[in-house]
Amino acid sequence: MTFETMPFARAMNAGLRRAMEDDSRVMLMGEDIGKLGGVFRVTEHLQRDFGENRVLDTPLAEAGIVGSAIGLAMAGFRPVVEIQFDGFVFPAFDQITTQLAKLTNRHEGSIRMPVVIRIPYGGHIGAIEHHQESPEAYFAHTPGLRVVSPSTPNDAYWMIQDAIASDDPVIFMEPKSRYWQKGEVDTEHRAATLHATRVIRGGSDVTLVGHGAMVSVLLQAASIAEGEGISCEVVDLRSLSPIDYDPIVDSVRSTGRMVWAQEAPGTTSLGGEIAATVAERAFYSLEAPVLRVTGFDVPFPPAKLESFYLPDADRVLEAVDRVLAF
Amino acid sequence: MTSAETPIVRFLEPDGSFAPSPEAEPLREIVDELDDAALAQMYRDMAVTRAFDQQATMLQRQGQLALWPPSLGQEAAQVGSARAARSQDTIFPSYREHAVAKIRGVDLVSVLALMRSATHGGWDPTDPKNGNTRLYTLVLGTQVPHATGFAMGLGFDGRTATGDVEKDEAVIVYYGDGAASEGDVHEAMVFAASYNTPQLFFLQNNQWAISVPVATQAAAPLADRSAGYGIPTLRIDGNDVLASYAASRMYLDESRAGGGPRAIEAVTYRMGAHTTSDDPTKYRSKDEEASWGRRDPIARMRAFLENRGAGSEFFADVDQEGEALAADVRTRIAAWPDPDPSSMFAHVYSEPHALVEQQAAWLAEYEASFEGGAA
Repeated sequence: MTFETMPFARAMNAGLRRAMEDDSRVMLMGEDIGKLGGVFRVTEHLQRDFGENRVLDTPLAEAGIVGSAIGLAMAGFRPVVEIQFDGFVFPAFDQITTQLAKLTNRHEGSIRMPVVIRIPYGGHIGAIEHHQESPEAYFAHTPGLRVVSPSTPNDAYWMIQDAIASDDPVIFMEPKSRYWQKGEVDTEHRAATLHATRVIRGGSDVTLVGHGAMVSVLLQAASIAEGEGISCEVVDLRSLSPIDYDPIVDSVRSTGRMVWAQEAPGTTSLGGEIAATVAERAFYSLEAPVLRVTGFDVPFPPAKLESFYLPDADRVLEAVDRVLAF
Repeated sequence: MTSAETPIVRFLEPDGSFAPSPEAEPLREIVDELDDAALAQMYRDMAVTRAFDQQATMLQRQGQLALWPPSLGQEAAQVGSARAARSQDTIFPSYREHAVAKIRGVDLVSVLALMRSATHGGWDPTDPKNGNTRLYTLVLGTQVPHATGFAMGLGFDGRTATGDVEKDEAVIVYYGDGAASEGDVHEAMVFAASYNTPQLFFLQNNQWAISVPVATQAAAPLADRSAGYGIPTLRIDGNDVLASYAASRMYLDESRAGGGPRAIEAVTYRMGAHTTSDDPTKYRSKDEEASWGRRDPIARMRAFLENRGAGSEFFADVDQEGEALAADVRTRIAAWPDPDPSSMFAHVYSEPHALVEQQAAWLAEYEASFEGGAA
């Protein structure tokens, strides 16, 4: 049996466990990740099984966690850091952007920085301020970092292992609203490499693209649209930096229309970059401008309002209608 | 207790007389073990570095460097601590530790290349010839948690605290009174104390963070801060190379033996500008500069050595070495080639990255399009 059905968080846990079994230099660091197993239980039992020198319940200091992870990488370790929530990554922003991202470059290749920063991100969980944000664009904008985001348990299982195996720093955006979502995990064969974008549903009228928790929203929109006679192709971006454009451009060349969806505010975000590149590369195939369905350009609102803020299937379909009517 | 009243480790008075302070007495054995050759070497390190440093300031004035942060006045703090480190130790400098870099084997022209902005690095810290000297760091304080993480790794790997002083590793991290306000420094101390790291926090309090006096950074002695994290701390006369050596030697060896982190506040003075870009006459007095000038670390050591019988031949030889180094780096940096444009793409990532490769190829093609053309 190579297939197991498990929730996303459990798949993360299994992937981390396997990476730690495969390489004794892999170690985990973060707040409450040891005895508690992390606030989302992603690291449950790993300290029990691998010991306190490989799973560190660190002091509560994000810059200190990332800064010491960098030093551990210099000493030959492969640290995997958990940032407890998206909104708490900013104390470590300097260490990530001025140090982690640039150290290999500064050293002209004489050292490598195999550090993974795991960030549970995004809304849909009804949480309080700073617990529902989508800061991925800051990191995707930073040369030297790789940024990825799995949308399924199977991708969670494989992508965390591949991120850990990378000799470059990887920002690993975990859609926290998906942690409890079950799916089938193939524990023997990976379906795609870390930075591959994948078409996960075929269609002919409109290409829908997104990552993380948005992928399930896009799939939901595609099935509703199908009932209305509209055929949507759904593309899971998976890698936010670098971006694997070929599958997106190929899809848009066949459909002629594209809708992008993200939770983050729209201004200066991934959606703008991708829309511009698709326009450059598929200009003569486009029947309509690429439309972006995004969070509003406001701070993430109190959770009682999140259903108005977050793109859902209806808002995606509204954009689908507009690209079709253009 | 004010800064002025805090006990201080000092062996050499400003006039060069050997007069250990009460706080220095427990360290006296370490100094007594230094022979004439070791003492002479410390003087040589300081004086030759100063010749290099003054040459570098002139090179900046002549347009050879983008910027120069002088080490002028801080030679004793740097030389004593660097000579106290053992060969297996790892050094995390800030950006002014030219004497440390020299002692550990870094070719100082590499530091000039960095300040010429011909590179962001300059040397390979993993090459044994560089004495485990990590690169300079320009964002204040960021190197301090790196040092702590590295030291944590030494502990996890059993590279320290085995009881073999010649093999057990330790780390020195340098930072200044300005950086002491940065959160990174404090977070690193929290981690160091929690993980019992083999690490010496070496603070050079040179009194000025560009134009802001240390009184703005700290209302209490800076040494109190590390002590507050549970890290044994000594406050030393940073212009006394023997105090710097003895305190660093003792603390590094205690730390490598499993004693946990240690900290030193070396009270010194930045006799020059912060960098060639500022003008100290706008923020500090001539009287202050003159007062610290009378505590010059090199003059003090020279008087001490003269009292012990060192002759003019020795000092002339040191001067000659300094002049030779200055001439050598002057020649080499003036001939320093600009890096190839393709190099900016070379090490952004360790593993293949299509976007960066495409941009590198585009720039190469674009530049080639001008060859022999109108441009």
